[in-house]
Amino acid sequence: MTIVMFLKESICDFCHRYKEQIIMSKHNCFHCGLDIVMTKKPSEIVWENQIFFDDKLFCCNGCKTVYEIFSLNDMSCYYDFEKSPGATPLDINGKYDFLDNESIVSKLLEFHEDSTAIVSLNIPHIHCSSCIWILENLQRLQKGINTSQVNFPEKKVRITYNPQIVSLQMIVGLLSSIGYEPYISLDNYETGTATIDRSLTYKLGVAFFCFGNIMLLSFPEYFEVKEFWLDQYRGFFRGLIFALSLPSFFYSANGYYVSAYKSIKSRMLNIDIPIALGIIVMFGRSTFDIVMDYGSGFFDSLTGLIFFMLLGKMFQIKTYSFLSFERDFKSYFPIAITKINSNTTEESIPVYDIQKGDRLLIRNQELIPVDGILISEKAQIDYSFVTGEAIPITKKSGDKIFAGGKQMGKIIEMEVLHTVSQSYLTQLWSNAIFQKNVEQKHKTITDSISRYFTPILLLIAFLGFGYWIFIDATIAFNVFTAVLIVACPCALALTAPFTFGNVLRLLGKQHFYLKNALVIEQLAKVDTLVFDKTGTITTNMKSNISYQGQPLDNENIRIIKNVLRASNHPLSRMLYAFLPEANPLKMDAFEEIAGKGILSCIGAIEIKIGSYEFVNQNAINPVLASFPLGISGVENTSVHITIDGVYFGCYIFNNHYRDGLADLFQKLKANYQIKVLSGDNAGERATLEQLLPAGTELVFNQKPEQKLAFIKKLQDEGKNVMMIGDGLNDAGALAQSNVGISISENVNVFSPACDAILDANEFQKLDYFLKLSKNAIKTIKMSFVLSLLYNVVGLSFAITGNLLPLVAAIIMPLSTITIVSFVTLMSMYYARKK
Amino acid sequence: MSVIYLLITISIVVAIGFFIAFIVAVKSGQYDDDYTPSVRMLFDDELKKEKPKSVQITKEKQI
Repeated sequence: MTIVMFLKESICDFCHRYKEQIIMSKHNCFHCGLDIVMTKKPSEIVWENQIFFDDKLFCCNGCKTVYEIFSLNDMSCYYDFEKSPGATPLDINGKYDFLDNESIVSKLLEFHEDSTAIVSLNIPHIHCSSCIWILENLQRLQKGINTSQVNFPEKKVRITYNPQIVSLQMIVGLLSSIGYEPYISLDNYETGTATIDRSLTYKLGVAFFCFGNIMLLSFPEYFEVKEFWLDQYRGFFRGLIFALSLPSFFYSANGYYVSAYKSIKSRMLNIDIPIALGIIVMFGRSTFDIVMDYGSGFFDSLTGLIFFMLLGKMFQIKTYSFLSFERDFKSYFPIAITKINSNTTEESIPVYDIQKGDRLLIRNQELIPVDGILISEKAQIDYSFVTGEAIPITKKSGDKIFAGGKQMGKIIEMEVLHTVSQSYLTQLWSNAIFQKNVEQKHKTITDSISRYFTPILLLIAFLGFGYWIFIDATIAFNVFTAVLIVACPCALALTAPFTFGNVLRLLGKQHFYLKNALVIEQLAKVDTLVFDKTGTITTNMKSNISYQGQPLDNENIRIIKNVLRASNHPLSRMLYAFLPEANPLKMDAFEEIAGKGILSCIGAIEIKIGSYEFVNQNAINPVLASFPLGISGVENTSVHITIDGVYFGCYIFNNHYRDGLADLFQKLKANYQIKVLSGDNAGERATLEQLLPAGTELVFNQKPEQKLAFIKKLQDEGKNVMMIGDGLNDAGALAQSNVGISISENVNVFSPACDAILDANEFQKLDYFLKLSKNAIKTIKMSFVLSLLYNVVGLSFAITGNLLPLVAAIIMPLSTITIVSFVTLMSMYYARKK
Repeated sequence: MSVIYLLITISIVVAIGFFIAFIVAVKSGQYDDDYTPSVRMLFDDELKKEKPKSVQITKEKQI
C-alpha cells in the first residue's frame, strides 16, 4: 500500500515540477570560482542544491570545508588577494599511504636530522598571490611546520618541519585538504638538492665590474690633453687599468678560450675562434703598449666586448622553470605502490623494488607502474598518458595490462610480469637516443658563417702584415693586431643571441615554449612534419557526439542529463557536457556498474545507460546487435539508452579534430611534407583523408619503437623532421626528430621529453610559429650584412695603420647598439605580421 | 702621497665592496626566484590590518 502511495506521489511530484516554471540563478563559487546553477520554483523561498556558509556560496562541500579551515584559523584574507583563488580538494583517500614508509620519505627529503627536515614539493595549482600567502602561512594551520617558502616560477614550496611533531604524510594530507595537492612522482626519488649553475651570473658581474672601472679610469686618456697632472699619474692609471682587466680576461672570458680550443680540436671553425683570437691579441698588444709606453692600449674596448658578449649569452637563456623539457616516464610514475604480501597484509614498497610475481593493489586514479596480468574481475584503464586516448579501455580478468595506464573506478589487483625497467613502455628509454647527451647535434648559423669568416680574416691580417713589413716593421705589427682586434666578430656574435632571445620570449608569450634558442634555427630548417593522431590532431577535451536511433524528446533528454550528472565516468562527463542545459530532477535510485553502465530511477521511470549488452538485457524491444559503425566500418565508442525498458538508441563518440586543423594543414601543405602517424587502427582513415589535403601520408598501427624508426628513416633520406606528439608513446619519436614538439592541454603537468611545448589551444598557430622562425633567420642574415659593413669600415682604419684606442672605443659599442636594436625591432615587426 | 692615490683607492675599495655584496647576493640564491619576494613583500601589511578586526569580533562575542 505504502509503496503504491509513494510511487503515485513521486510521479505526481515529477509531473507537477515539470510543469511549473523554474527559476534559475547563476553564481560563482566563493572558493574556486566555478559556476553554480541554483534553481527554485517561484513559490518557494529556498534555493535548491545550494551550499551556503557564512553568507558565501560554494559549489561543493569540499570548497566549503577549505573555507571553514581558513576562517577557523583566522586566515580568510586568503580571499582578499585574488578573487576565488582556490581549488576543490580531491579525495586522496589512501593515495599517500606510502609516505608512512620511512625509507621512501627519506628519499624525498632534502635534509633530515632529529628535529628538522626539509622537503620541496611541487604544487601545480600555485597560480596567484593568494596561493603564495596561504602556503607561506602553513605553520598556522599545522603544528610542527617551522617555515615554508614558495618559489612561484617553479611552482614549488619548500617546507621546513619537525618530524617528531608532524609527519610528511600529514603535511601532504593538509596540503591536499586545502586544495593544494602536491605532485609526487618517481622523478622526486633520490633527487636531493640540485646544484644551480650560476657561473654565468658571476662572470657577468666580474665583467661589468672591470668594464665600468676601466671606463672611468680611461677618461683622462680620451681627451689626451697635455697637462702636467695627467702626465704625472699616467703610469698609475694605466697600471690600475691593466690590473682591473685581468679578472675579466682570465675569468669572465675563459668560456671562449675553452670553446675555441675544443672546436680547433674537432676541426670545426666556430665563431668562438675569432672571438678568442681577438680577445687574446687585444690583451697582448695592449699590455705591450703599456709596458713599452706606446699608448694606453685597448683595455676599455676589451672589457666592454667581453661584457656585451656575456650579456648576449645571458639574454639568450630564457628558461621556463615551471616547465620541464626532460621528462621521461619517471615524471608520471608513482613513487611507491601497495603490494599484497602472501599473508594478505598490505605494504607500501618503492616502485623499483617490485619483483616479478608480486601482487599489487591499484587504487582509483593510480598509475600502473609495471606490466602485469589483471587478477580482479574488471578494470577500466585510461591510457591517456601513453596514447592520448581519453576513453578508458575495459580489461577482464586474465588480460594483460601495460604500464602507464591509470585505473578508473574500483580497486584492482594485478600480478607483475616485468619489473619497471623491463616493461613495454619503459623499454623505450633504453634506446640509444635517450642515452647520449646530444648537446650539439647540428651546426648553428653563426658557426657556418664563421667557417668563411675566420679564414678570410686571417688572410686580410697576413696580407696587411705582408704589405707593411717592407715599409715599417712596427706599423706592420700594429696593422696585424689592429685587424684582428677590429674584426673580432663582436657584432656577429651578438646578432644570434639577441634575435633568438627575443623570438624565444615572443613565442613564450603566445604559449609556445622552447627549450632553448637553438630550437628556433632547427624550426626554420624543418621540411617534413610528422603528426601523431590521438591527442595531437584530435582533442580529448571535446568529443564529437552524434545520436543514432529513435528520436528522443526533450523530457527524455532531461532525464538522461540528470542521470549522467551523478556519474563520474569520463564518457558520462563528456555526454553530460554535450547535452543541453536541463533543470534538475530528484533521483530515487542510482547505481553505477563498473564496465557496464548506470541503472537509475527517477520516480517510476527506470533508466539504463551504458553498454549495448547491459542496456538490452530485458529490454521490451531488444534490437539485434546493430553496432553503430564509424564511416570506415569500424566500431566506435558508444553509449546506449533504455528508458522504462524501451531501447531508444545510442550516442556515438567520434574523434574530435582540433579546430582549424584542415585550415592549418592546407596552409602547411605548400611548404612542408606532412605525415600522420597513429598507434590506432585504420578506423579513421576515411575521415582523415577527407579532412587533410591530398598527398598526406597516413600510417596506422604504429608501436612506439616503430614511430622512432619511421622518423629515423625520414632523416636517413636527408629530411629535417619535426615531430608533433603528445603521449609517452611518442617520446622516442620526439627525441629522434630534429625538433620534437609536445602538445599539451595543461602545460604544467603532462608532456614527454621534447624540444618545445605547445599549449594545445594555440595548435592552429603552428604555421605562424614556423614562419616566425624562418623570419628570425632572415633577420640574422640581414644583421650579418650590417655587421660586416662595420667590419669593413673598421678594417679600413686598421689596414692603414690608423686605429687609435679612441676610435676602437667608439666603433665597438656603436656597432653593438645598432645591431641589438636592429634585431630587436625586426623580430618584433615579424612577430606582429600574422 | 698625493690625494689622487687616496681618492682612487677609496673609489676602488667602495666598488669592490659593492661587487662583493653582489657575489654574496647571487650565492645566497636571491636571483634564482625574482618573482615571489615581490609578492611576499606586500603580505605583512595585509596581515596587520586583518588582526585587529578579528580581535574586535571576539570582544563583541564576549560581551
